[in-house]
Amino acid sequence: MRDMIKMVVVLTALAAFSGGLLAAVRDNTKDLIESQQLTFVKGPAIKSIFKDAQNDPIADRFKMMDGDVERNFFVGVMDGKPVGVAFESYGKGYGGDVGLMVGINLESDSIIGVGVTTHAETPGLGAKAKDDPGFAAQFAGVSALEPVKVNKDGGSINAISGATITSRAVASAATNVNEIYQRLKPQLVEKANSFGK
Amino acid sequence: MAKSIVQEFTKGLWSEIPPFRLVLGLCPTLAVTKSVENGIGMGLATTFVLVCSNILVSSLRKVIPSKVRIACFIVVIATFVTVVELLMQAFTYPLFLKLGIFIPLIVVNCIVLGRSEAFASKNPVVPSTADGLGIGLGFTLSLGALGAVREILGNGTVLGMDVFGPSFEPFTFMVEAPGAFIGLGLMLCVMNLVGSK
Repeated sequence: MRDMIKMVVVLTALAAFSGGLLAAVRDNTKDLIESQQLTFVKGPAIKSIFKDAQNDPIADRFKMMDGDVERNFFVGVMDGKPVGVAFESYGKGYGGDVGLMVGINLESDSIIGVGVTTHAETPGLGAKAKDDPGFAAQFAGVSALEPVKVNKDGGSINAISGATITSRAVASAATNVNEIYQRLKPQLVEKANSFGK
Repeated sequence: MAKSIVQEFTKGLWSEIPPFRLVLGLCPTLAVTKSVENGIGMGLATTFVLVCSNILVSSLRKVIPSKVRIACFIVVIATFVTVVELLMQAFTYPLFLKLGIFIPLIVVNCIVLGRSEAFASKNPVVPSTADGLGIGLGFTLSLGALGAVREILGNGTVLGMDVFGPSFEPFTFMVEAPGAFIGLGLMLCVMNLVGSK
């Protein structure tokens, strides 16, 4: 009986200790991890969307609450005027969530460009969503006020051959972005204008 | 006493060098040694886990009841692996992206559990630290060496620098999975030849 109590006590104490240690490390590295992810995962996608921007869209970002979720928004400035905001959403792909960064033009309500950030799709098939610039280029100029669909579902985006699920995931991520954009547009315009020079 | 600590340390560098002498921990050895950088990064992450878990296990060796020792070791190891994972995300994000799933898999690396069970749970803190450091650095060296062989032959580079110049036709087979087995086999063969003299 004493043995049994000792086992329970030791294991519980050890588990509590490791829980505390992990929470402390996590708290201390959270901001660093976020900025690393911005630079290495989201950075390239944002830069490809705002190719001609005069500012650093990664530095000019703001956070806003969308219901219960806090989202990051990146602002692209051209000729001293904020032209668009970029933000990320997810679609269900073949190997898990596909993250898509979408830049939207605030004046014309159309998509400036998109870039896949994170994915676990099959190399050579679904991974083309990220590797093949031709696929992402199709999203430029698409209206941000309507759902985005691939051609098989009656939309305008040509799916990657052999990777319909991935293509649909990207389209549905873009649709999510558009929905968020429509919900938050007034606040987004106001916030983005504060980055103008 | 001082001499035996040096011995505990140096045995990991030659007479018990993993994975060549203790043929353990082959999964990361085969999977991540596509380049020197990956090999060394993986080795150092494992070293950190080995040293920390050896220290904690040996300082708790009188408290941990033998019936739940494996569970206790795994809790300790898993904690430090998660710490390493968070630290790598915070400071060396590109390397973290390359090593990916193999960082969390250090938890099930037989070397780490093996050292806790075979050494740290029976020895005081100082020799256990030396043991962890030695085995860890030995593992790092092996992975770095195997990574170098595969990177030089398979890609013609070392740490991203060209060795042979543009006329070299890379032996791409070596950076693929079968190349790992052949590279490991050849290195084991050389180790045994040298060791048998």
